[in-house]
Amino acid sequence: MGALSYHFNIDGEDFSSAGDASVAMKKTLRQLGFPNDVVRRCSIAMYEGEINMVIHANGGTADVDVYPDKIVIVLEDHGPGIPDVELAMKEGYSTSTEQIRNMGFGAGMGLPNMKRYTESLEIETQVGVGTKLTMVVGV
Amino acid sequence: MADEFQHSVSLDAQKCIGCTSCLRQCPTEAIRIRDGRAVIRTEFCIDCGRCVRVCQHRAKKAVFDKLSDIDPRFKWRIALPAPALYGQFDELTDIGCLLQALMNCGFDEVYEVARSAEIISECTRRYMRKPNIPRPVISSACPAIVRLIRLRFPDLCDNILPILPPVEYASRVAKAEALKKHPELKPDEICTVFISPCPAKTSYAKNGLSQTKSSIDYVVSMREMYIKLSGLLKKTEPGKVKSGAGIAGVKWASSGGEAEGLYSDRYLAADDMDNAIQVLDAIETGKLPALEFVELDACPGGCVGGAATVENPYIAKARLLSFRRSLPNNRNYLDVADESPDFVPDDAMVDSPFNEYVPPYRLSEDRFEAMRMMAEIEKIYTLLPQIDCGSCGAPTCRAFAEDVVKGECRFDDCIVHLKERYQKEQEGSL
Repeated sequence: MGALSYHFNIDGEDFSSAGDASVAMKKTLRQLGFPNDVVRRCSIAMYEGEINMVIHANGGTADVDVYPDKIVIVLEDHGPGIPDVELAMKEGYSTSTEQIRNMGFGAGMGLPNMKRYTESLEIETQVGVGTKLTMVVGV
Repeated sequence: MADEFQHSVSLDAQKCIGCTSCLRQCPTEAIRIRDGRAVIRTEFCIDCGRCVRVCQHRAKKAVFDKLSDIDPRFKWRIALPAPALYGQFDELTDIGCLLQALMNCGFDEVYEVARSAEIISECTRRYMRKPNIPRPVISSACPAIVRLIRLRFPDLCDNILPILPPVEYASRVAKAEALKKHPELKPDEICTVFISPCPAKTSYAKNGLSQTKSSIDYVVSMREMYIKLSGLLKKTEPGKVKSGAGIAGVKWASSGGEAEGLYSDRYLAADDMDNAIQVLDAIETGKLPALEFVELDACPGGCVGGAATVENPYIAKARLLSFRRSLPNNRNYLDVADESPDFVPDDAMVDSPFNEYVPPYRLSEDRFEAMRMMAEIEKIYTLLPQIDCGSCGAPTCRAFAEDVVKGECRFDDCIVHLKERYQKEQEGSL
Protein backbone atom coordinates (compact mmCIF):
# COMPACT_ATOMS: atom_id res chain seq x y z
CA MET A 1 0.00 0.00 0.00
CA GLY A 2 1.26 3.48 -0.91
CA ALA A 3 1.62 6.36 1.46
CA LEU A 4 -0.81 9.11 2.35
CA SER A 5 1.07 12.32 1.72
CA TYR A 6 0.61 15.66 3.42
CA HIS A 7 2.31 18.94 2.61
CA PHE A 8 2.49 21.99 4.85
CA ASN A 9 4.01 25.42 4.32
CA ILE A 10 5.48 26.72 7.55
CA ASP A 11 5.14 30.50 7.63
CA GLY A 12 8.31 32.10 8.97
CA GLU A 13 6.65 35.45 9.58
CA ASP A 14 3.97 34.19 11.91
CA PHE A 15 5.03 32.81 15.26
CA SER A 16 1.49 32.20 16.40
CA SER A 17 0.81 29.68 13.63
CA ALA A 18 3.89 27.61 14.47
CA GLY A 19 2.57 24.25 15.57
CA ASP A 20 -0.54 24.27 13.38
CA ALA A 21 0.87 21.58 11.09
CA SER A 22 1.66 19.25 13.97
CA VAL A 23 -1.83 19.76 15.45
CA ALA A 24 -3.37 18.94 12.04
CA MET A 25 -1.22 15.80 11.69
CA LYS A 26 -2.11 14.71 15.21
CA LYS A 27 -5.80 14.77 14.29
CA THR A 28 -5.21 12.81 11.09
CA LEU A 29 -3.08 10.15 12.78
CA ARG A 30 -5.75 9.67 15.46
CA GLN A 31 -8.39 9.16 12.79
CA LEU A 32 -6.17 6.56 11.15
CA GLY A 33 -6.05 4.70 14.45
CA PHE A 34 -2.32 4.94 15.22
CA PRO A 35 -1.47 4.19 18.86
CA ASN A 36 -1.35 7.16 21.22
CA ASP A 37 2.41 7.06 21.74
CA VAL A 38 3.05 7.11 17.97
CA VAL A 39 0.74 10.10 17.57
CA ARG A 40 2.45 11.86 20.44
CA ARG A 41 6.00 11.21 19.21
CA CYS A 42 5.14 12.45 15.72
CA SER A 43 3.46 15.53 17.00
CA ILE A 44 6.30 16.49 19.35
CA ALA A 45 9.03 15.84 16.76
CA MET A 46 7.14 17.77 14.13
CA TYR A 47 6.35 20.63 16.48
CA GLU A 48 10.03 21.04 17.41
CA GLY A 49 10.87 21.08 13.71
CA GLU A 50 8.25 23.69 12.95
CA ILE A 51 9.52 25.94 15.73
CA ASN A 52 13.12 25.56 14.55
CA MET A 53 12.19 26.55 11.04
CA VAL A 54 10.35 29.64 12.29
CA ILE A 55 13.15 30.69 14.67
CA HIS A 56 16.18 30.05 12.48
CA ALA A 57 15.16 29.72 8.85
CA ASN A 58 12.25 32.07 8.15
CA GLY A 59 9.95 29.13 7.60
CA GLY A 60 10.03 26.17 5.26
CA THR A 61 8.02 23.12 4.33
CA ALA A 62 6.92 19.94 6.06
CA ASP A 63 6.09 16.81 4.09
CA VAL A 64 4.63 13.88 5.92
CA ASP A 65 4.22 10.43 4.38
CA VAL A 66 2.04 8.08 6.37
CA TYR A 67 2.56 4.35 5.82
CA PRO A 68 0.71 1.61 7.67
CA ASP A 69 3.86 0.81 9.67
CA LYS A 70 5.78 4.10 9.81
CA ILE A 71 5.52 7.85 9.44
CA VAL A 72 8.19 9.76 7.55
CA ILE A 73 8.49 13.49 8.25
CA VAL A 74 10.66 15.64 5.99
CA LEU A 75 11.32 19.24 7.02
CA GLU A 76 13.09 21.45 4.55
CA ASP A 77 14.18 25.07 4.73
CA HIS A 78 16.40 27.55 2.93
CA GLY A 79 17.81 29.01 6.11
CA PRO A 80 21.40 29.54 7.29
CA GLY A 81 22.19 25.82 7.68
CA ILE A 82 23.79 24.23 10.75
CA PRO A 83 27.57 24.83 10.90
CA ASP A 84 28.30 22.18 13.55
CA VAL A 85 25.69 19.40 13.63
CA GLU A 86 27.35 17.55 16.50
CA LEU A 87 27.20 20.66 18.68
CA ALA A 88 23.62 21.40 17.68
CA MET A 89 22.62 17.90 18.79
CA LYS A 90 23.82 18.60 22.35
CA GLU A 91 21.04 19.15 24.84
CA GLY A 92 20.81 22.76 25.87
CA TYR A 93 22.95 24.12 23.04
CA SER A 94 21.15 27.00 21.40
CA THR A 95 21.95 29.86 19.06
CA SER A 96 18.60 31.54 19.66
CA THR A 97 18.48 35.20 20.52
CA GLU A 98 17.58 36.55 23.93
CA GLN A 99 14.24 37.69 22.50
CA ILE A 100 13.33 34.17 21.33
CA ARG A 101 14.33 32.72 24.68
CA ASN A 102 12.17 35.26 26.47
CA MET A 103 9.24 33.84 24.53
CA GLY A 104 9.89 30.45 26.09
CA PHE A 105 11.62 28.91 23.07
CA GLY A 106 15.22 28.23 22.17
CA ALA A 107 16.01 26.02 25.16
CA GLY A 108 18.36 23.96 23.01
CA MET A 109 16.11 20.90 23.14
CA GLY A 110 14.73 21.03 19.58
CA LEU A 111 17.07 18.65 17.77
CA PRO A 112 17.72 16.43 20.82
CA ASN A 113 13.95 16.01 21.26
CA MET A 114 13.50 15.19 17.58
CA LYS A 115 16.13 12.49 17.91
CA ARG A 116 14.68 11.22 21.16
CA TYR A 117 11.14 10.81 19.87
CA THR A 118 11.93 9.28 16.47
CA GLU A 119 13.48 6.03 15.26
CA SER A 120 15.87 7.88 12.97
CA LEU A 121 16.84 11.46 12.31
CA GLU A 122 18.88 12.30 9.25
CA ILE A 123 20.29 15.79 8.85
CA GLU A 124 21.44 17.19 5.52
CA THR A 125 22.65 20.73 5.89
CA GLN A 126 24.80 23.23 4.05
CA VAL A 127 25.77 26.58 5.53
CA GLY A 128 24.10 29.40 3.64
CA VAL A 129 21.92 27.02 1.60
CA GLY A 130 19.52 25.31 3.95
CA THR A 131 18.67 22.24 5.98
CA LYS A 132 16.70 19.07 5.31
CA LEU A 133 15.68 16.84 8.19
CA THR A 134 14.23 13.38 7.62
CA MET A 135 12.62 11.72 10.62
CA VAL A 136 11.06 8.29 10.78
CA VAL A 137 8.62 7.27 13.48
CA GLY A 138 7.97 3.54 13.51
CA VAL A 139 4.79 1.88 14.68
CA MET B 1 -19.39 0.84 19.77
CA ALA B 2 -22.62 1.20 21.67
CA ASP B 3 -22.67 4.40 23.64
CA GLU B 4 -24.20 3.86 27.03
CA PHE B 5 -23.50 7.38 28.14
CA GLN B 6 -26.66 9.23 29.18
CA HIS B 7 -26.68 12.72 27.77
CA SER B 8 -28.31 15.80 29.17
CA VAL B 9 -28.27 17.90 26.01
CA SER B 10 -31.07 17.00 23.64
CA LEU B 11 -33.00 18.36 20.70
CA ASP B 12 -36.60 19.46 20.38
CA ALA B 13 -37.14 18.47 16.73
CA GLN B 14 -40.37 20.49 16.57
CA LYS B 15 -38.55 23.73 17.28
CA CYS B 16 -35.43 23.09 15.19
CA ILE B 17 -35.49 24.71 11.75
CA GLY B 18 -32.07 23.44 10.69
CA CYS B 19 -30.53 26.93 10.77
CA THR B 20 -26.92 25.73 11.35
CA SER B 21 -26.11 28.21 14.17
CA CYS B 22 -25.16 25.37 16.46
CA LEU B 23 -23.32 23.42 13.77
CA ARG B 24 -19.96 25.17 13.81
CA GLN B 25 -20.11 25.96 17.52
CA CYS B 26 -19.84 22.33 18.59
CA PRO B 27 -16.29 21.70 19.86
CA THR B 28 -16.39 18.02 18.97
CA GLU B 29 -18.27 18.33 15.64
CA ALA B 30 -21.06 16.22 17.13
CA ILE B 31 -23.86 18.00 15.26
CA ARG B 32 -25.13 17.40 11.73
CA ILE B 33 -28.20 18.80 9.99
CA ARG B 34 -30.14 15.96 8.41
CA ASP B 35 -33.55 16.35 6.71
CA GLY B 36 -33.72 19.97 7.87
CA ARG B 37 -33.18 19.20 11.57
CA ALA B 38 -30.14 19.07 13.81
CA VAL B 39 -29.00 15.63 14.89
CA ILE B 40 -26.62 15.13 17.83
CA ARG B 41 -24.21 12.26 17.34
CA THR B 42 -24.23 11.13 20.93
CA GLU B 43 -20.89 9.34 20.94
CA PHE B 44 -19.17 12.69 20.31
CA CYS B 45 -21.34 14.92 22.53
CA ILE B 46 -19.65 16.11 25.73
CA ASP B 47 -22.75 17.90 27.08
CA CYS B 48 -20.94 21.23 27.25
CA GLY B 49 -24.17 23.08 26.47
CA ARG B 50 -22.66 25.44 23.94
CA CYS B 51 -25.37 24.58 21.38
CA VAL B 52 -28.01 25.25 24.02
CA ARG B 53 -26.55 28.72 24.50
CA VAL B 54 -26.41 29.64 20.80
CA CYS B 55 -29.75 28.22 19.60
CA GLN B 56 -32.06 31.13 18.83
CA HIS B 57 -35.05 28.84 18.48
CA ARG B 58 -34.64 27.19 21.86
CA ALA B 59 -34.58 23.84 20.14
CA LYS B 60 -31.50 22.64 21.99
CA LYS B 61 -32.43 21.75 25.51
CA ALA B 62 -30.57 20.78 28.58
CA VAL B 63 -32.48 18.10 30.42
CA PHE B 64 -32.70 18.58 34.17
CA ASP B 65 -34.79 17.07 36.92
CA LYS B 66 -37.64 19.15 38.29
CA LEU B 67 -38.24 19.63 42.00
CA SER B 68 -41.54 17.80 41.46
CA ASP B 69 -39.60 14.73 40.21
CA ILE B 70 -38.22 13.99 43.68
CA ASP B 71 -39.52 10.63 44.85
CA PRO B 72 -41.72 10.91 48.00
CA ARG B 73 -39.81 7.99 49.53
CA PHE B 74 -37.04 10.46 50.28
CA LYS B 75 -37.78 11.81 53.73
CA TRP B 76 -34.66 13.94 53.96
CA ARG B 77 -33.89 16.22 51.03
CA ILE B 78 -30.56 17.96 50.93
CA ALA B 79 -30.01 20.85 48.52
CA LEU B 80 -26.47 21.24 47.17
CA PRO B 81 -26.21 24.77 45.75
CA ALA B 82 -23.26 25.39 43.41
CA PRO B 83 -21.45 28.60 44.35
CA ALA B 84 -22.41 30.11 40.95
CA LEU B 85 -25.95 30.41 42.39
CA TYR B 86 -24.75 33.14 44.77
CA GLY B 87 -23.94 35.39 41.81
CA GLN B 88 -27.37 35.18 40.18
CA PHE B 89 -29.31 37.58 42.39
CA ASP B 90 -29.29 41.33 42.42
CA GLU B 91 -28.86 42.94 45.84
CA LEU B 92 -28.01 39.69 47.59
CA THR B 93 -25.59 40.61 50.36
CA ASP B 94 -26.07 37.71 52.76
CA ILE B 95 -25.57 34.19 51.40
CA GLY B 96 -27.43 32.92 54.48
CA CYS B 97 -30.63 34.52 53.17
CA LEU B 98 -30.31 32.54 49.95
CA LEU B 99 -29.75 29.32 51.87
CA GLN B 100 -32.82 30.07 53.98
CA ALA B 101 -34.84 30.69 50.82
CA LEU B 102 -33.66 27.30 49.52
CA MET B 103 -34.90 25.64 52.73
CA ASN B 104 -38.24 27.34 52.12
CA CYS B 105 -38.41 25.61 48.71
CA GLY B 106 -39.01 22.35 50.53
CA PHE B 107 -35.54 21.15 51.48
CA ASP B 108 -34.73 19.75 54.89
CA GLU B 109 -31.12 20.80 54.73
CA VAL B 110 -28.74 22.82 52.59
CA TYR B 111 -25.12 21.78 52.13
CA GLU B 112 -23.02 24.28 50.22
CA VAL B 113 -20.82 22.86 47.47
CA ALA B 114 -18.46 25.78 48.22
CA ARG B 115 -17.66 24.16 51.58
CA SER B 116 -16.48 21.00 49.84
CA ALA B 117 -14.58 23.07 47.29
CA GLU B 118 -12.37 24.28 50.13
CA ILE B 119 -11.70 20.70 51.22
CA ILE B 120 -10.98 19.66 47.62
CA SER B 121 -8.53 22.58 47.32
CA GLU B 122 -6.73 21.31 50.41
CA CYS B 123 -6.69 17.75 48.99
CA THR B 124 -5.32 19.10 45.71
CA ARG B 125 -2.56 21.05 47.44
CA ARG B 126 -1.60 17.84 49.19
CA TYR B 127 -1.78 15.79 46.00
CA MET B 128 0.46 18.32 44.21
CA ARG B 129 3.22 17.62 46.75
CA LYS B 130 3.50 14.03 45.57
CA PRO B 131 6.77 13.64 43.68
CA ASN B 132 5.94 11.42 40.73
CA ILE B 133 2.64 12.65 39.36
CA PRO B 134 2.19 13.63 35.69
CA ARG B 135 2.33 17.40 35.40
CA PRO B 136 0.67 19.71 34.74
CA VAL B 137 -2.21 18.37 36.78
CA ILE B 138 -5.50 19.16 35.01
CA SER B 139 -8.58 19.96 37.10
CA SER B 140 -11.35 17.35 37.19
CA ALA B 141 -14.07 19.80 38.23
CA CYS B 142 -15.60 20.53 34.80
CA PRO B 143 -17.18 17.31 33.48
CA ALA B 144 -17.34 18.65 29.91
CA ILE B 145 -13.56 19.16 29.96
CA VAL B 146 -12.95 15.71 31.43
CA ARG B 147 -15.02 14.17 28.67
CA LEU B 148 -13.33 16.32 26.03
CA ILE B 149 -9.93 15.08 27.21
CA ARG B 150 -11.02 11.47 27.07
CA LEU B 151 -12.42 12.02 23.58
CA ARG B 152 -9.80 14.19 21.93
CA PHE B 153 -6.72 14.14 24.17
CA PRO B 154 -6.42 10.55 25.42
CA ASP B 155 -2.71 11.08 26.20
CA LEU B 156 -3.62 13.58 28.86
CA CYS B 157 -5.99 11.32 30.80
CA ASP B 158 -3.24 10.57 33.30
CA ASN B 159 -2.85 14.29 34.01
CA ILE B 160 -6.44 14.66 35.22
CA LEU B 161 -6.61 15.29 38.96
CA PRO B 162 -7.76 11.97 40.48
CA ILE B 163 -9.72 13.78 43.18
CA LEU B 164 -13.51 14.05 43.32
CA PRO B 165 -15.16 17.22 42.05
CA PRO B 166 -16.52 19.32 44.96
CA VAL B 167 -20.17 18.57 44.17
CA GLU B 168 -19.58 14.82 44.48
CA TYR B 169 -17.67 15.21 47.70
CA ALA B 170 -20.43 17.49 49.02
CA SER B 171 -23.11 14.92 48.20
CA ARG B 172 -21.27 12.12 49.97
CA VAL B 173 -20.38 14.16 53.06
CA ALA B 174 -23.87 15.68 53.34
CA LYS B 175 -25.48 12.22 53.24
CA ALA B 176 -23.04 10.78 55.79
CA GLU B 177 -23.53 13.72 58.15
CA ALA B 178 -27.33 13.55 57.83
CA LEU B 179 -27.25 9.86 58.76
CA LYS B 180 -25.18 10.65 61.82
CA LYS B 181 -27.43 13.49 62.92
CA HIS B 182 -30.65 11.60 62.24
CA PRO B 183 -30.12 7.95 63.15
CA GLU B 184 -33.82 7.30 62.54
CA LEU B 185 -33.25 7.79 58.77
CA LYS B 186 -32.29 4.95 56.46
CA PRO B 187 -29.66 5.66 53.77
CA ASP B 188 -32.22 5.26 50.97
CA GLU B 189 -34.46 7.88 52.55
CA ILE B 190 -31.91 10.63 52.05
CA CYS B 191 -31.43 12.34 48.71
CA THR B 192 -29.16 15.08 47.45
CA VAL B 193 -30.35 17.63 44.90
CA PHE B 194 -27.67 19.57 43.09
CA ILE B 195 -28.60 23.10 41.95
CA SER B 196 -26.56 23.11 38.75
CA PRO B 197 -25.26 25.85 36.45
CA CYS B 198 -24.88 23.52 33.45
CA PRO B 199 -26.00 20.33 31.68
CA ALA B 200 -22.53 18.76 31.87
CA LYS B 201 -22.96 18.36 35.62
CA THR B 202 -26.26 16.58 34.99
CA SER B 203 -24.62 14.01 32.78
CA TYR B 204 -21.92 13.71 35.40
CA ALA B 205 -24.55 12.84 38.03
CA LYS B 206 -26.18 10.33 35.66
CA ASN B 207 -22.99 8.68 34.45
CA GLY B 208 -20.41 9.27 37.15
CA LEU B 209 -16.76 9.97 36.47
CA SER B 210 -14.83 7.17 34.85
CA GLN B 211 -15.93 4.18 36.97
CA THR B 212 -16.81 6.28 39.99
CA LYS B 213 -20.57 6.29 40.43
CA SER B 214 -22.14 9.52 41.53
CA SER B 215 -24.08 9.73 44.77
CA ILE B 216 -26.06 12.77 43.59
CA ASP B 217 -29.73 11.83 43.18
CA TYR B 218 -31.21 14.79 41.33
CA VAL B 219 -29.89 17.73 39.34
CA VAL B 220 -32.12 20.78 39.12
CA SER B 221 -31.20 23.73 36.92
CA MET B 222 -30.31 27.12 38.35
CA ARG B 223 -32.87 28.59 35.95
CA GLU B 224 -35.72 26.68 37.56
CA MET B 225 -34.60 27.60 41.05
CA TYR B 226 -34.00 31.24 40.13
CA ILE B 227 -37.68 32.00 39.67
CA LYS B 228 -38.69 30.31 42.91
CA LEU B 229 -35.83 31.79 44.89
CA SER B 230 -36.28 35.37 43.64
CA GLY B 231 -39.77 35.47 45.08
CA LEU B 232 -38.78 33.81 48.34
CA LEU B 233 -35.69 35.98 48.85
CA LYS B 234 -37.83 39.10 49.22
CA LYS B 235 -39.60 37.53 52.17
CA THR B 236 -36.50 36.09 53.83
CA GLU B 237 -35.08 37.71 56.96
CA PRO B 238 -31.31 37.49 57.43
CA GLY B 239 -29.74 35.74 60.39
CA LYS B 240 -31.57 32.43 60.64
CA VAL B 241 -29.18 30.43 58.45
CA LYS B 242 -25.49 31.18 58.08
CA SER B 243 -23.19 30.29 55.22
CA GLY B 244 -20.49 27.79 56.12
CA ALA B 245 -18.22 28.62 53.20
CA GLY B 246 -15.33 31.00 52.84
CA ILE B 247 -14.37 33.09 49.87
CA ALA B 248 -11.92 30.38 48.70
CA GLY B 249 -14.84 28.01 48.12
CA VAL B 250 -17.15 30.61 46.60
CA LYS B 251 -14.41 31.63 44.14
CA TRP B 252 -14.61 28.24 42.42
CA ALA B 253 -17.67 29.57 40.58
CA SER B 254 -15.58 31.67 38.23
CA SER B 255 -12.57 30.83 36.11
CA GLY B 256 -9.31 30.88 38.05
CA GLY B 257 -10.95 30.40 41.44
CA GLU B 258 -9.92 26.79 41.79
CA ALA B 259 -6.34 27.45 40.64
CA GLU B 260 -5.92 30.40 43.03
CA GLY B 261 -6.76 28.08 45.90
CA LEU B 262 -3.55 26.13 45.29
CA TYR B 263 -1.27 29.00 46.40
CA SER B 264 1.06 28.32 43.48
CA ASP B 265 2.24 30.81 40.90
CA ARG B 266 2.72 28.19 38.25
CA TYR B 267 -0.81 27.66 37.09
CA LEU B 268 -2.94 28.41 34.07
CA ALA B 269 -6.68 29.00 34.09
CA ALA B 270 -8.57 29.10 30.80
CA ASP B 271 -12.27 29.38 30.14
CA ASP B 272 -14.44 28.82 27.08
CA MET B 273 -14.07 25.77 24.88
CA ASP B 274 -11.81 27.21 22.15
CA ASN B 275 -9.25 28.37 24.70
CA ALA B 276 -9.42 25.07 26.55
CA ILE B 277 -8.76 23.13 23.33
CA GLN B 278 -5.79 25.34 22.42
CA VAL B 279 -4.32 24.83 25.87
CA LEU B 280 -4.78 21.05 25.70
CA ASP B 281 -3.16 20.98 22.24
CA ALA B 282 -0.24 22.96 23.68
CA ILE B 283 0.17 20.62 26.66
CA GLU B 284 0.13 17.61 24.37
CA THR B 285 2.87 18.98 22.12
CA GLY B 286 4.90 20.09 25.10
CA LYS B 287 4.51 23.68 24.00
CA LEU B 288 3.66 25.04 27.46
CA PRO B 289 6.15 26.35 30.00
CA ALA B 290 6.58 24.17 33.08
CA LEU B 291 3.25 24.44 34.87
CA GLU B 292 2.00 22.78 38.01
CA PHE B 293 -1.72 23.06 37.48
CA VAL B 294 -4.18 23.75 34.68
CA GLU B 295 -7.76 24.74 35.36
CA LEU B 296 -10.04 24.54 32.33
CA ASP B 297 -13.69 25.54 32.23
CA ALA B 298 -15.91 24.78 29.23
CA CYS B 299 -18.07 27.85 29.77
CA PRO B 300 -17.10 31.51 29.32
CA GLY B 301 -16.16 32.94 32.70
CA GLY B 302 -16.26 29.52 34.37
CA CYS B 303 -19.34 27.93 36.01
CA VAL B 304 -21.01 31.35 36.22
CA GLY B 305 -21.23 31.13 32.40
CA GLY B 306 -23.00 27.75 32.42
CA ALA B 307 -25.92 27.22 30.04
CA ALA B 308 -28.38 26.92 32.94
CA THR B 309 -27.46 30.17 34.65
CA VAL B 310 -29.54 33.32 34.39
CA GLU B 311 -27.13 36.20 34.86
CA ASN B 312 -24.36 37.34 32.54
CA PRO B 313 -21.19 35.54 33.73
CA TYR B 314 -19.18 38.70 34.30
CA ILE B 315 -21.93 40.39 36.28
CA ALA B 316 -22.25 37.22 38.36
CA LYS B 317 -18.49 37.22 38.91
CA ALA B 318 -18.56 40.83 40.09
CA ARG B 319 -21.28 39.96 42.60
CA LEU B 320 -19.24 37.03 43.91
CA LEU B 321 -16.30 39.40 44.37
CA SER B 322 -18.44 41.63 46.56
CA PHE B 323 -18.77 38.79 49.08
CA ARG B 324 -15.05 39.13 49.71
CA ARG B 325 -15.84 41.91 52.14
CA SER B 326 -17.97 39.78 54.40
CA LEU B 327 -16.46 36.29 54.18
CA PRO B 328 -13.27 34.85 55.66
CA ASN B 329 -10.95 33.12 53.20
CA ASN B 330 -11.33 29.52 54.37
CA ARG B 331 -13.78 27.88 56.72
CA ASN B 332 -13.43 24.19 55.95
CA TYR B 333 -10.38 22.08 56.71
CA LEU B 334 -9.36 18.44 56.55
CA ASP B 335 -8.77 16.73 59.84
CA VAL B 336 -5.40 15.22 59.00
CA ALA B 337 -2.92 16.94 61.30
CA ASP B 338 -0.93 13.76 61.98
CA GLU B 339 -0.56 12.71 58.36
CA SER B 340 2.28 13.41 55.93
CA PRO B 341 2.05 16.64 53.88
CA ASP B 342 1.10 14.78 50.69
CA PHE B 343 -1.54 12.58 52.30
CA VAL B 344 -4.95 12.67 50.59
CA PRO B 345 -7.83 10.84 52.28
CA ASP B 346 -9.17 7.90 50.26
CA ASP B 347 -12.73 9.21 50.39
CA ALA B 348 -11.69 12.22 48.30
CA MET B 349 -10.01 10.18 45.59
CA VAL B 350 -11.54 9.00 42.32
CA ASP B 351 -11.83 5.20 42.44
CA SER B 352 -10.42 4.38 39.02
CA PRO B 353 -8.31 6.04 36.33
CA PHE B 354 -9.82 8.14 33.55
CA ASN B 355 -8.38 6.32 30.56
CA GLU B 356 -10.91 3.67 29.63
CA TYR B 357 -12.80 5.53 26.98
CA VAL B 358 -12.24 4.55 23.33
CA PRO B 359 -12.14 7.66 21.17
CA PRO B 360 -14.73 7.44 18.40
CA TYR B 361 -12.71 9.45 15.88
CA ARG B 362 -11.05 6.40 14.34
CA LEU B 363 -12.21 5.88 10.75
CA SER B 364 -11.88 2.10 10.91
CA GLU B 365 -10.54 -0.57 13.22
CA ASP B 366 -8.38 -1.76 10.34
CA ARG B 367 -5.53 0.64 9.58
CA PHE B 368 -5.37 -0.27 5.87
CA GLU B 369 -9.07 0.43 5.53
CA ALA B 370 -8.67 3.67 7.55
CA MET B 371 -5.89 4.75 5.18
CA ARG B 372 -7.98 3.93 2.13
CA MET B 373 -10.84 5.99 3.54
CA MET B 374 -8.49 8.85 4.39
CA ALA B 375 -7.13 8.90 0.83
CA GLU B 376 -10.71 9.10 -0.43
CA ILE B 377 -11.51 11.91 2.05
CA GLU B 378 -8.49 13.92 0.88
CA LYS B 379 -9.56 13.46 -2.76
CA ILE B 380 -13.13 14.58 -2.14
CA TYR B 381 -11.96 17.50 0.01
CA THR B 382 -9.95 18.98 -2.87
CA LEU B 383 -13.13 18.99 -4.99
CA LEU B 384 -15.11 20.92 -2.38
CA PRO B 385 -15.41 24.75 -2.20
CA GLN B 386 -13.68 24.76 1.26
CA ILE B 387 -15.80 27.66 2.49
CA ASP B 388 -17.36 25.71 5.39
CA CYS B 389 -20.82 27.15 4.68
CA GLY B 390 -22.67 24.40 6.52
CA SER B 391 -25.46 24.10 3.93
CA CYS B 392 -24.72 20.41 3.44
CA GLY B 393 -25.38 19.81 7.13
CA ALA B 394 -21.76 19.24 8.15
CA PRO B 395 -19.80 21.86 10.14
CA THR B 396 -16.88 22.01 7.68
CA CYS B 397 -16.09 20.86 4.14
CA ARG B 398 -13.58 18.50 5.72
CA ALA B 399 -16.26 16.93 7.95
CA PHE B 400 -18.53 16.68 4.91
CA ALA B 401 -15.86 14.76 2.97
CA GLU B 402 -15.61 12.36 5.91
CA ASP B 403 -19.38 11.93 6.00
CA VAL B 404 -19.45 11.16 2.25
CA VAL B 405 -16.76 8.50 2.61
CA LYS B 406 -18.51 7.00 5.63
CA GLY B 407 -21.65 6.78 3.46
CA GLU B 408 -23.66 9.17 5.63
CA CYS B 409 -24.43 11.57 2.79
CA ARG B 410 -23.87 12.04 -0.94
CA PHE B 411 -21.43 14.30 -2.74
CA ASP B 412 -24.39 16.06 -4.38
CA ASP B 413 -25.49 17.30 -0.93
CA CYS B 414 -22.89 20.05 -1.41
CA ILE B 415 -25.03 22.81 -2.88
CA VAL B 416 -22.05 24.80 -4.18
CA HIS B 417 -20.97 21.81 -6.21
CA LEU B 418 -24.57 21.16 -7.28
CA LYS B 419 -24.93 24.74 -8.52
CA GLU B 420 -21.75 24.44 -10.56
CA ARG B 421 -23.02 21.23 -12.09
CA TYR B 422 -26.38 22.84 -12.84
CA GLN B 423 -24.66 25.81 -14.51
CA LYS B 424 -22.52 23.49 -16.63
CA GLU B 425 -25.58 21.54 -17.71
CA GLN B 426 -27.36 24.79 -18.60
CA GLU B 427 -24.40 25.92 -20.69
CA GLY B 428 -24.23 22.52 -22.34
CA SER B 429 -27.89 22.60 -23.35
CA LEU B 430 -27.69 26.03 -24.97
